[in-house]
Amino acid sequence: MDVPSILPGLAPLPAGVAVGLIALSRRRPAIREMWSLLAALSQTVLVLAMVPSALGGATLVWQPFSLAPDVPLVLRADPFGVFFATVSSSLWVLTTIYSIGYVRALAERAQTRYFASFALSLFATVGLALAGNLLTFFCFFELLTVAAYPLVIHKGTDEAARAGRVYLAYTMTGGAALLGAVVWTHALAGRLDFQPGGILGASGASAGTLWALFALFVLGCGVKASIMPLHTWLPVAMIAPTPVSALLHAVAVVKAGVFGLVRVVGFVFGPEVLGDLGAGAALAWLAMATILLGSLAALAQDNLKRLLAFSTVSQLSYVVLGATLGAPDAFAGGVLHIASHAVLKITLFFCAGAISVVTHLEQVSELGGIGRRMPLTMTAFAAAALMLAGLPPGAAFVSKWRLLVGAAESAAWLAMTTLLLSTILNIAYFVPIIVRAFTGPAPAAIEEAPPAVLVPLLVTACAGLLLGLFPDAAGHLLSLAQTTATSVLSAP
Amino acid sequence: MRGHLPVLPLLLTLTGALLVPIVAVISRRAAWPLALAASGAAALAALGGVVEVLAHGTRRYPVGGWAPPWGIEVVLDPLSAFTAVVVAGVGTLSLITSGPGAASAYRRGTPGFYALALIALTGFLGMIASGDLFNVFVFLEIAAISSYALVGSGGGPALAAAFRYVVLGTVGASFYLLGVGFLYTLTGTLNMADLAQRLPAHAGSPLFVGGALFITVGLALKMGLFPLHGWLPDAYTYAPAPVAALLPAVATKAAAYALARTLLYVLRPTELPVTAMLAWAGGAAIIVGAVLALRQDDARRLLAYSSVSQMGYIALGLGLANPTALAGAYLHILNHAMMKAALFIGVGALVLRGRGPGLAALGLGREMPVTGTCMVVAALSMVGVPPVGGFFSKWYLLQGALEARQPVLVIAILVGSLLALVYMYRLTEAVWFGESPPGAARAEAPWAVLIGLVALAVAIIAAGLGNSAIVARLLVPAAAGAL
Repeated sequence: MDVPSILPGLAPLPAGVAVGLIALSRRRPAIREMWSLLAALSQTVLVLAMVPSALGGATLVWQPFSLAPDVPLVLRADPFGVFFATVSSSLWVLTTIYSIGYVRALAERAQTRYFASFALSLFATVGLALAGNLLTFFCFFELLTVAAYPLVIHKGTDEAARAGRVYLAYTMTGGAALLGAVVWTHALAGRLDFQPGGILGASGASAGTLWALFALFVLGCGVKASIMPLHTWLPVAMIAPTPVSALLHAVAVVKAGVFGLVRVVGFVFGPEVLGDLGAGAALAWLAMATILLGSLAALAQDNLKRLLAFSTVSQLSYVVLGATLGAPDAFAGGVLHIASHAVLKITLFFCAGAISVVTHLEQVSELGGIGRRMPLTMTAFAAAALMLAGLPPGAAFVSKWRLLVGAAESAAWLAMTTLLLSTILNIAYFVPIIVRAFTGPAPAAIEEAPPAVLVPLLVTACAGLLLGLFPDAAGHLLSLAQTTATSVLSAP
Repeated sequence: MRGHLPVLPLLLTLTGALLVPIVAVISRRAAWPLALAASGAAALAALGGVVEVLAHGTRRYPVGGWAPPWGIEVVLDPLSAFTAVVVAGVGTLSLITSGPGAASAYRRGTPGFYALALIALTGFLGMIASGDLFNVFVFLEIAAISSYALVGSGGGPALAAAFRYVVLGTVGASFYLLGVGFLYTLTGTLNMADLAQRLPAHAGSPLFVGGALFITVGLALKMGLFPLHGWLPDAYTYAPAPVAALLPAVATKAAAYALARTLLYVLRPTELPVTAMLAWAGGAAIIVGAVLALRQDDARRLLAYSSVSQMGYIALGLGLANPTALAGAYLHILNHAMMKAALFIGVGALVLRGRGPGLAALGLGREMPVTGTCMVVAALSMVGVPPVGGFFSKWYLLQGALEARQPVLVIAILVGSLLALVYMYRLTEAVWFGESPPGAARAEAPWAVLIGLVALAVAIIAAGLGNSAIVARLLVPAAAGAL
């Protein structure tokens, strides 16, 4: 049941307003950063306030005006949207604190642009999370592409400019494909709203048309979701400052792509149409290939951030795989993996950032013995890495377990094998880093990073553990994921 | 006054054009405010026209009280009211930017510029308001001759460009006149409403076919449609900055309007493949114009070729001629006028402070952040990033192309956006990340330029967020009478 409410419209507002306030207070760093923090906190509160109604089945809807005569701008707080908005905004709070410590410690340039772009990116992320139809989603999706661009090129070097060009070329090509897909959907279905179970079932379009449309959607969202072979931009974009890699390249931007794919699979096509086409299985194949190849590529990396990026490429496809298996447990597990991967990967990036703040080192091979000088950081790193691999009782264990159960239910033995193999690969690329960090000779004159950097990473590491122990405590993430899965897979 | 709303905009600019040289004799400084007042009043009158059309529907105004088909008729309907606002509004904003500071770079004496600009605006507004084919020609020539002079006033290479513009422009106008002659021979009338009634009886006649072709080709040349765009790049590259702020934005739009009006509402050539030709020429223009724009190192020439590409979008929409595509084409008349004006004004301001129009010499974004930001907004609109204006014209065009089952044109629109991303990225990157040229003055653009630029940037965003109202209330009714 839809209930008109202004709350979904208010949720992205703090970030939007903060962009202006940050730009205005560029000469006063303390005030500028206070705006960022305030925006992140109020956004989180607003999003959390929508959780009860999303779970209770009364979906809050805000529909202020029309984007086109027959397509309104709709912000709709359904369980899936609230889930993604909760994850991104709560992690934004920690990233803001971390950013303040990080940019000050490294005396980064153009800090105002940095914080303003960050706020605009989160505005777009919450907007696309709550978007109630494809056109609204597309608007925020493209805004996110543009808003995150200044963060990729932040360093201002030639290498950063090249990374920015690669980033734009990939994401905007994806955007054009997505636009084509959205217009085509409009022509076929005559509507663009997200409906659990899909809107294309009654369109009467031929199988060939639906296949082509699905391929366009996968191309459109798949770039941000970094499905292989569309992933190349992500490792290149690691030139960005670490907090950006942490929140945008592990949570907001890439998850926006994954989120879009799940929306397309569950709310535009619907499992039934995809099952009849066999397109879901095709996407599952792509996802499985990405899971394995991403992990294998991570094995070969020496640069820590690039390693983490390839690990992200691999982990993102868990979510896609879960959505395509057609089992409620797998769907919920995939959705939940958005949260567990977010919390754990952000911890790992925070650790990488803490190391580079203190030592300016980025290569794994140079990190021997660093765990003896930065025990808290590296313990958090080790814990997050092992939890991400899927060891209980971490957050990723809960989501992967559900994925496995779902795969078993739908007798997808290949998917199960992939998931297990990937766990082994995860351990294979993380354990050497941990072992080296704690065994090598301790480097001289190094201590833990400043508190603003250290505290957030400890908090996210603990959050990763708590999310594993009590998956339904923080914002009812598990319930939201399960409600989403049930609504999609039991839709009439 | 309300009764005269259909002719008011062009009367105001015409009066301004006549007054400017006289007042300038007394005070040269008074020329700019006077010109601004005239075109601003014309813009307000055009807005009044929109209000009038929304409230009371189409208005026909017999000039001097002589009833058509003997007298001259001026028509105020949704399409002409909308286009008049675009031309007068964007024209006024670009005239603002030719004020103090900017005009000092303009070496041929400013009063002459203002008088000519107002005459050109009169011509464009007349083409839009006119209800008969011959007066379209008269105003087309008024606009064209003042445009030739405006472009040529740059001197040097602008003279050669203007000469080419004269020759090709005259060819276009002659083609149009020839076509009108054919139709007159056939039907004995020049009034558009009259012609629309009589022409269906002559649909197969060779005179009709010839007339339709001559008119289409003539006006397509005037709107710079590939492959008839030969005059455009040089003219807009070498035109002096205040001229480049005005003409690329509105001149091609007035011609596009005239083409839409005559082809879709008067000739309605359902038996001939004229509209299909137009759509495919538009698709080709989108790609070719964009590819040529990619290769330019002179920012002004880059923008000129981008115009070739963007006019392709408009032609594509007109050629598809279904209501959605037409709404997209009309909306793109507004969007392209605003973004092209903003970009030419921005480049003009950068050139004024820097060392020339080469991309390498434009790296002044950090010194001129307001100018640079407004250019980014216009660039986003050109690429079609939502929710900025340019996205929505492409949205309707894409929908229209899908409705017409033209997948190739859908792809052309999408690929055109990606190519626009590349050439706009080159410009934006040059502005924001290029090295600022040594010895360049480090200061924001003159205030007059900033006012116009910021107003355009705000309007570009507003046109995107508010496009639904424009489309539903003005453009869909405007498209309803076509074909």
